Amino acid sequence: MSPTNRTVVVTGIGATTPLGGDAASTWEGLIAGRSGVRPLEQEWAADQAVRIAAQIAVEPGEVIPRPQARRLDRSAQFALIAAKEAWANAGFTDKAGEDPSVDPDRLGTVIASGIGGVTTLLDQYDVLKEKGVRRVSPHTVPMLMPNGPSANVGLAVGARAGVHTPVSACASGAEAIGYAIEMIRTGRADVVVAGGTEAAIHPLPIAAFGNMMAMSKNNDDPEGASRPYDVARDGFVLGEGAGVVVLESAEHAAKRGARVYAEAVGQGISADAHDIVQPEPEGRGIARALQNLLDNTDLDPAEIVHVNAHATSTPAGDVAELKALRKVFGDEADHFAVSATKSMTGHLLGGAGGVESVATVLALYHRLAPPTINVENLDPEAEAAADIVRGEARKLPVEGRIAALNDSFGFGGHNVVLAFRSV
Amino acid sequence: MAATQEEIVEGLAEIVNEIAGIPTEDVQLDKSFTDDLDVDSLSMVEVVVAAEERFDVKIPDDDVKNLKTVGDATNYILKNQA
Repeated sequence: MSPTNRTVVVTGIGATTPLGGDAASTWEGLIAGRSGVRPLEQEWAADQAVRIAAQIAVEPGEVIPRPQARRLDRSAQFALIAAKEAWANAGFTDKAGEDPSVDPDRLGTVIASGIGGVTTLLDQYDVLKEKGVRRVSPHTVPMLMPNGPSANVGLAVGARAGVHTPVSACASGAEAIGYAIEMIRTGRADVVVAGGTEAAIHPLPIAAFGNMMAMSKNNDDPEGASRPYDVARDGFVLGEGAGVVVLESAEHAAKRGARVYAEAVGQGISADAHDIVQPEPEGRGIARALQNLLDNTDLDPAEIVHVNAHATSTPAGDVAELKALRKVFGDEADHFAVSATKSMTGHLLGGAGGVESVATVLALYHRLAPPTINVENLDPEAEAAADIVRGEARKLPVEGRIAALNDSFGFGGHNVVLAFRSV
Repeated sequence: MAATQEEIVEGLAEIVNEIAGIPTEDVQLDKSFTDDLDVDSLSMVEVVVAAEERFDVKIPDDDVKNLKTVGDATNYILKNQA
């Protein structure tokens, strides 16, 4: 291939999620159909309308030394943990340059979140009001800036080819991975650490999302609250954590003998131009993103066997996505095993695209689609449009080349679709 | 009652330990905050604010740049504490 259309592969994965402190335990939780949603026990939660969330399984303070942790927003802590796992998982032994198999000038990072350092911003505002100007932390700005996680990961691995943060609400993590694929495809970098992170379990975001009527108020049944495609779905459950992949040009990966999980085939992006928060009900924008993916890559719809859906458990969004898949792929959509892993992880906002890309890559690698849990009464509209993997994990074809999609959409009308393929 | 030199060094050691994770016994009068104790310019602001509170002293920003070592800070606090 020409230097401007290079093949990109996934050589490392890392995650810290409500299901586990690393990618392996997260995957195990997904395959077992385990819910990470729990009641919020914090004092501030008592007078919230929403009192459930999918909180991180392993607190970052248990992993990151305290002097370092106190200078990092929680979202950057998650990103750093997931990125370090992915970096080691890719076989790198030190930061770029120290490990001679990767040149710092050819290494980038693209890590995104939906809301940035929101807990730092709000906590420091509390400090300002309660203790005065002098007590506001001098670390506040680098902690709250949305590019903080990407920059901190860049420092950790020694990335000099570029450090980026595309922000598109709940599509941010996927857009980051799409951006990273392009950096490698077009020759700007050989290796890019990419993904999404979010840490927004705080009274203000919960109150705000709650007042938008976007979140499930099923406080009495936390584990059953996130129920994409079920007729009784009543909104998403907020989750937190990060998912990160190491992307690499196929040539660079082959040269150093790296394990390849999957090919990162490419991306399709579009915008709805419909409403600031409501999804376009027929899924036209999503369909356009899917069509762009097909137009811009050599993805063969016949090879697609799995979709990690955006499906957040909202009444309108879940079905619009399935309609778009049907519209673009027609009968080919019959062989898509569609999984909504947010039924287990909750919705990690900007972290979702990262964690779900890790899940999608592992689904191809293990040829196993995670289940959608809590579907007791499948929405007839969903049933008519797609084959939903319900209850238990489902084996994917053991032979031949298979491909999978990971969809992410965000407030603002952002639609991002990523495609991965077995190697 | 004003703090003694020994109490000030002990207090600074606890503050530096909290902020930079350096063992308290390594925080000695001749040690440089930046070169020996992993206290960069932003963390130095934290050290100063914590010291102001602990020793009831005001350390204006213009004076902070002169506090290179633990000894500099200790002497400053000794001279200026209320």
